Amino acid sequence: MSLVEVPLHRLAHARTGDKGNRANIAVFAYRPEFWPLIAEQVTEARVLERFAQRGATRVVRHELPLLHGFNFVIDDVLQGGVNGALNLDGHGKTLSFWLLAMTLRVPDALLDE
Amino acid sequence: MLRIGCGSGFSGDRLDAPGPVVEALAASGGPAALMLEVLGERTLALAQRERRHDPEAGYEPALIALLRPILAACVAHRIPIVTNGGAANPRGAARAVLLLARELGLELAVGVVEGDDIRGTTALDDLEPWEGDAGAALDPAQVIAANVYLGAAPIAAALRQGAQVVITGRCADPALALGPMLAQFGWAEDDWDRLAAGTMIGHLLECGAQVTGGYFADPGCKDVPGMHAIGFPIAEIGADGGSVITKPGGTGGVVDLRTVKEQLLYEIHDPAAYLTPDVVLDITQVTLAQDGPDRVRLRGARGRKRPERLKATVSLPGGWLGEGEISYAGPNARARAALAGRTLLDRLKLLGIEGAARVDLIGVVSVFDGDGGALREADASQPEDVRLRLAVATETRAAAEHAAREVLSLYCCGPAGGGGVRTRVVDRIRTLSFMVPRERVQPKVTLLRAGDPP
Repeated sequence: MSLVEVPLHRLAHARTGDKGNRANIAVFAYRPEFWPLIAEQVTEARVLERFAQRGATRVVRHELPLLHGFNFVIDDVLQGGVNGALNLDGHGKTLSFWLLAMTLRVPDALLDE
Repeated sequence: MLRIGCGSGFSGDRLDAPGPVVEALAASGGPAALMLEVLGERTLALAQRERRHDPEAGYEPALIALLRPILAACVAHRIPIVTNGGAANPRGAARAVLLLARELGLELAVGVVEGDDIRGTTALDDLEPWEGDAGAALDPAQVIAANVYLGAAPIAAALRQGAQVVITGRCADPALALGPMLAQFGWAEDDWDRLAAGTMIGHLLECGAQVTGGYFADPGCKDVPGMHAIGFPIAEIGADGGSVITKPGGTGGVVDLRTVKEQLLYEIHDPAAYLTPDVVLDITQVTLAQDGPDRVRLRGARGRKRPERLKATVSLPGGWLGEGEISYAGPNARARAALAGRTLLDRLKLLGIEGAARVDLIGVVSVFDGDGGALREADASQPEDVRLRLAVATETRAAAEHAAREVLSLYCCGPAGGGGVRTRVVDRIRTLSFMVPRERVQPKVTLLRAGDPP
């Protein structure tokens, strides 16, 4: 068994929602066995770092094991929100795919199944 | 069993979406209701401004276009319609619906829910900032709109009084579905688990196609058939709060575990405590099961006592935004677009146009980047089709217009080969959220019929 680097997009799907200057990104593993890998590697610290350029100040991760999902709540990532942002995507609707582009190291055997 | 369909998930939604939902509800033969969610966070403030110019305006402009094709069928099959399309003027919307009914030869009663507008009431005197807007202070003289999210009780009251159409201003979106459930099943107002189940169903329905395959497709990973004719959702709800999410037969889209999961968490922060006016919803124990094609069964919503305070959104003037875009393509496109961007920022300085400015190289990095451009600087790609965008936030309209005009002037004064300029100037509304003591809010229900005095 060896480890390969894959984008989260390979393992999970996601959707962003916004409220004010706060976004949530819900991430769901395509297969239950991917959930622990995401739990281990998509940490609050890594997600905060991933959204540093958008001014994120805090990330809280809520675990949803029954749904094989996680909910990431990210503060200040909308740089003003839909009514104040200069960004084309003031809602941050596209941001789920920025998270899905981050990479994880996973056992190659798990991907082959 | 009660069926609730959703025919609109936001103010810009497909106008022909309610048709197949109403047909399916009518064909089912049982008790049913239709919800139309059309009120966004900023819509209300825009509507309030419109009403200043025209006292009859200020409700959702597309409301009549949404209702016209379905109203007769809904009346014939006793399918009540619940909508927040009243926006800043629920009474004006009700009068417009009554006019439409008369034109169609229909007799009906319209229920109007008011009391969400708290301008000039004591509710404004006791505001706590919402946790996401900590530290926010309010100057009452600046307020354009201030609306509380009302709950399901007034909607249920209007339905019990015989309203065929119920029109609200601001209310919690899931309440548009919970109201008909309360009217149908008579759940007690402290039956927290059932209220939670009903709120969860409303939450899944409120964005329309987002639970039936809209906003979901990712070709090769998550494919969705028939996206040009996605069927909007229908929930089948039992008296115990158990439910199935499905969609009309013969429509496009898909309802599966993945579409329902994505929507279940949409715009939710703490999944153990989703605060609504009616109940605190906990979805952490929810389980889903595929119950046939395009049918997903939900179980396990739990509820706790509703919050003592209601959320209110307050809209304030937010200055102006000036934007402009221009394309550069072919050899050295990125360098020419970047030069155009630097030139624009220099021009703003020269002209004394103050305010935050942002430059994007669309085609390199845009929406993922922050205003500082850190991702763009780290990206060395050389795409041959780049669109430069300037965005400037200003205090005045004149400054925003001037900033946008600078992009236009790049035609003659900018780098070589720029084309396709588009500019846009909009006034902005800033919204802040506060928590208001429940007892200071007085929802009011009125039934209007054709021939009533205005």
